[in-house]
Amino acid sequence: MSTRSLSKGCFVFKPSPKKRKVSRTTAYYFREGSSDLEDSELRFATCQSLQKQVKSETEQIEEELNEQLFDNLVSFLRRSHSAFQEKKTEWTCRTKSREIPTAALVLGVNVTDHDFTFRSLSEVLQNNVTPYIALLEAKDCPGIKNLMQKLLGQLMNCCIDVDSSEEEDYEHVSRSRVRCSMTTLINWYESATKRTDSETPGKKRTSSRHWQSPPVVVIFKDMESFTTKVLQDFVVISSQHIGEFPLVLIFGIATSPMIIHSLLPHSVSSLLCIELFQSLSCKDHLSTIIDKILLTTQFPLKLSEKVLQVLINIFLYHDFSVQNFIKGFQLCIVEHFHSNPLSVLCCQLEEAKRRVNSLSHNQCENVRRLPSFRRYVESQVSEKQIALLTVDSSLKEAVQKLLEDLNVYHENYFPILRCLHVFTSSLPKYPLGKQIRELHCACLENRVWETEEYESSLQLARMLNKSDLVTMLQKCVEILVSSPGREFDEIVEKLKEFLTQFQKLEEAYQERDESISPQKELQKKTNLYHLQKTLLELKESRRSKKLTKFEMLRFEVVDYIDSLVRHYLVPADHKTLHEIVYFNTASVLREHLNAAPRIALHTALNNPYSYLKAFSTVVTAAEGPTADAASSDQVDDVIHARFIRAVSELELLGFIKPSKQKTDHVARLTWGGC
Amino acid sequence: MCESLPFLPKVETGIKVQKGKNQLIANPKRFVKKLEAISDDEAQEVLEEKSYVAVLGVCGEESMTNGSSVGGGEVYTFQTPKRSNKMAELASELAQTPGQSAVPDPSKCPEKTAKTPQSSKRSSSSQVQQKTKKNEFVSTTPYRLRKRLAAPDAQLESESEYSASCSEEEEGEEAQKEVSTVLSHQKTPAKTKAVSTPPSRKTLTKKKDNMNDLVEEYFEAHSSSKVLTSDRTLQKLRRKRLNQQTLHDLLQKSPLAYAAEIKELNQQYESLFSKWMLQLHLGFNIVLYGLGSKHDLLEKFRTSMLQDCVHLVVNGYFPSITVKSVLNSITEEVLDHIGTFRSPLDQLEFIMKRFKEDSSLELYVLIHNLDSQMLRGERSQQILAQLSSLPSIYLIASIDHINAPLMWDQAKQSLYNWLWYETTTFSPYVEETSYENSLLVQQSGSLALSSLTHVLRSLTPNARGIFRLLAQYQLENKDNASYPGLSFQDFYQQCREAFLVNSDLTLRAQLTEFRDHKLIRTKRGADGVEYLLIPVDDSTLSDFLEKEDEDI
Repeated sequence: MSTRSLSKGCFVFKPSPKKRKVSRTTAYYFREGSSDLEDSELRFATCQSLQKQVKSETEQIEEELNEQLFDNLVSFLRRSHSAFQEKKTEWTCRTKSREIPTAALVLGVNVTDHDFTFRSLSEVLQNNVTPYIALLEAKDCPGIKNLMQKLLGQLMNCCIDVDSSEEEDYEHVSRSRVRCSMTTLINWYESATKRTDSETPGKKRTSSRHWQSPPVVVIFKDMESFTTKVLQDFVVISSQHIGEFPLVLIFGIATSPMIIHSLLPHSVSSLLCIELFQSLSCKDHLSTIIDKILLTTQFPLKLSEKVLQVLINIFLYHDFSVQNFIKGFQLCIVEHFHSNPLSVLCCQLEEAKRRVNSLSHNQCENVRRLPSFRRYVESQVSEKQIALLTVDSSLKEAVQKLLEDLNVYHENYFPILRCLHVFTSSLPKYPLGKQIRELHCACLENRVWETEEYESSLQLARMLNKSDLVTMLQKCVEILVSSPGREFDEIVEKLKEFLTQFQKLEEAYQERDESISPQKELQKKTNLYHLQKTLLELKESRRSKKLTKFEMLRFEVVDYIDSLVRHYLVPADHKTLHEIVYFNTASVLREHLNAAPRIALHTALNNPYSYLKAFSTVVTAAEGPTADAASSDQVDDVIHARFIRAVSELELLGFIKPSKQKTDHVARLTWGGC
Repeated sequence: MCESLPFLPKVETGIKVQKGKNQLIANPKRFVKKLEAISDDEAQEVLEEKSYVAVLGVCGEESMTNGSSVGGGEVYTFQTPKRSNKMAELASELAQTPGQSAVPDPSKCPEKTAKTPQSSKRSSSSQVQQKTKKNEFVSTTPYRLRKRLAAPDAQLESESEYSASCSEEEEGEEAQKEVSTVLSHQKTPAKTKAVSTPPSRKTLTKKKDNMNDLVEEYFEAHSSSKVLTSDRTLQKLRRKRLNQQTLHDLLQKSPLAYAAEIKELNQQYESLFSKWMLQLHLGFNIVLYGLGSKHDLLEKFRTSMLQDCVHLVVNGYFPSITVKSVLNSITEEVLDHIGTFRSPLDQLEFIMKRFKEDSSLELYVLIHNLDSQMLRGERSQQILAQLSSLPSIYLIASIDHINAPLMWDQAKQSLYNWLWYETTTFSPYVEETSYENSLLVQQSGSLALSSLTHVLRSLTPNARGIFRLLAQYQLENKDNASYPGLSFQDFYQQCREAFLVNSDLTLRAQLTEFRDHKLIRTKRGADGVEYLLIPVDDSTLSDFLEKEDEDI
């Protein structure tokens, strides 16, 4: 069946049901498209499980992050609800007060993440507070009528969910037939609450998790996109009825709470009793995600510096969307397992060791081809070299050992990185970056101790005052104690020793109570420039002057940290077999996530090919008239046709459009057009 | 044929000037120095072009903040002025060599002569003209050519290739011009280069205040009343418009250049098919972009990968495609649902519900040209995006329009969950442009004509008469730009006079039938009167009437 037709634009193809059964699985396509057939099934399984793991982990993190916010919201609802309960009894209050309790939920600009937040919010509310929740989106509510329809539809549906199905018919009819008005809503609410009240105790159990006469919560997901009129009308209408049923509004706000006042005139906003809630900023959110997912040994797959940079840049410069960041990470996982046959070893250490034993010969060859492994081989003695290159079993042994090394490296890397971050994040001007991700990138990129920034941060660290230094050391001890690394006992000992030394120093200091030491002077200067200047002076004087005990100790501490960094924060691509666990084809990621169609078009049109084509047209035209003289109707037609096609194509690509001002004229749209 | 394919040059020049000036203002010192140092026109122009390119380059680099090679800095700096000039010259030379007229060089490079008004060869009259022209400030190349054409200048008569087109002497001439316009389409950047007027002006008013100039020029450039474009239309050509069929046949005959290379390129893309399938299954959707028709590639994908699955092909370029028809084919043909929906949103909800309930349902959706006229609307995109966000609907689509990504905001983009693939195929857009929506073919209206005749043939003679009346009336008023249509009352009167109807009701019944066949359109005027219109262009209508006359 052809998809070309003059009368149709959509074509459905349905294979016969018999054939349909043999539809292929995802694994099949993984195998088919994969660059190397080795272990593809195993790889696919690993990939899938890893993806699932990441997904559940991120979801959990998000839940934890939102917990605080949701708790606040629930307590707000409780407060407003109890107010309503009171009012119910006091007739005077009921008639006077028209204010609708409203929660303004400032969520930040990462609109795409809001969906998830709202979903979990409504889940939380559904479980703890009320079954009556309506989620409204601006795109569904162009007018007040649609809004009411949507609102009633959602409320009555959720009512059905809670109650038994016997009422369903009735509800169904009412939704489609009854005029959607506030009165209907109130009647419905009264009947719904009455029903739950009068139900048998057995049934009541199910609804006992909700409060008595539960509030109706209406959530406006994207408050900014609603038309002003719709919002105003809704607020005004419902404020008329606020005494009759407990209504609570929640506004999802992406920009700033001021928007409420610019959207609603004072007369309307005065009907709202607004309380502000602030969700965690998306940057903090991202930091947590990176911290919990990328900076742990929990997930075997790691991202190289470039890849991480691309993902972070997309986040910072394009969308601020944590979901997209996670999506990018998921894509990394797929790409890594799909393109790298050795990724089969990218799993937990025990499993990986087992898998090494069952590697095929081809896979062993793949290992030998890894640049990092070659470097490793070259550093060995010659007999060992031969063994590694020719005998599979000795290779497997070596690989197992190397994988273990790699694992140990990671186990040590992350805690030390955090320790270093404790130091660098409190230095003035943050030479190595404020966020741990920046530090991580710097460490991955090259030997961090060779960089200028590291040098200057060490300089600054040598000028820290005692109390800061002590708190930092304590933090470091905490980090190291809580981490699973095996080699840290010694380090912890050492750090503790420093701490006690500081303690002693203090005691001694109190006894002596000498003149003001130069570092005290130092503390007064907050300016970096002055700091550096005094530092230089100090350097001069230091040669002549004897250092105080504190200074000596401080130097010792900093040097010790430096030695730790040099030992543990070696960039990953210096490690053998890093290719197995690091995904580093940033270009792929960039191409697929952050594509530039305009550039593709430009490049294609820049391509000499199209110029040649154009020139060939010139040539044909040049030859045309001379060859066939004046009566060459045929040639002309072809060129005419080609010209028409060129114009049509330009129109399709959006370079020109027919100008409305004149017949048969076109206007240019790109490259400096209108 | 194309001496009259004039681009509207107004806005473009305005922007151009601004750009150049901004640059100059940015470093006035340098600019002054340059002005003093260089008196020669062309050298200065080159310099300015260079700085312009430099600015572009800077922009490009800025856009590369994400720090990778795909940034595109080098892409946008492609126009080295020297090369593009050369190319323009070369092209015109090539096009002219076989020409019958052997006129000496200077007149052959119209851009150059136009740009240097001091050129000694100019007669005084042309100089005067040049000056008056300046006030109108319009200066793209084709415009300049036309301008000179229009002037009754003795000198211009020697420039045979342009004056010739007035009298429309020879076929060959037409062909040449056609080509040069093709060229001017294709190397637009080159043209913007050649266009720049400020240099010539600057040398004249060298010491004048720059700011003043800028302001003046801005308003000159934006005074729409002064803009002159050619009044030539395609109608004036002797060559008849081609209809779609002949066009297609002709193009079939012309061989595709570089077929082998294109084939190789396509094979590269075909190796990605199973990867696409994998990624579709993993919850991503795929969008293809890049120059060249992706129809065949997607078709190949369909035939090789999707034979055993339920799939839906949507030709976005189909002129009357709507989201509703897409949704309809899903509900009716894929889900076998009989019944109607109140709105597309309801329908979408239904589809989403069905797909969520039944996890065994899977659907592949292929959309050629997701960015087509009919689908690019906000609502359509929203619906398609929501559709594509279903885990068991796999969407693979192609886009061509240069601004296509602007259709999607963050929310839609995250619903679509795109993975982008560049598939530059260089193949001609045969299918996509094949419907009669092209600029140059559209007017032939053979499709509309045939549908008209078909429908009309099935009607009663009276009904045909009614339609004829309306058509004739519309043709009589074709010169009236604000013709609102024929009001119902007048029409009724006329029909009665012609003994076509006997009551208001019969006419209304008849009109309803016309309306159902989309033969007429009604709209209400400001005074509440109903006006009737035939939504077909005049030439088609007159063709139709002629044909009708023959039949009778």
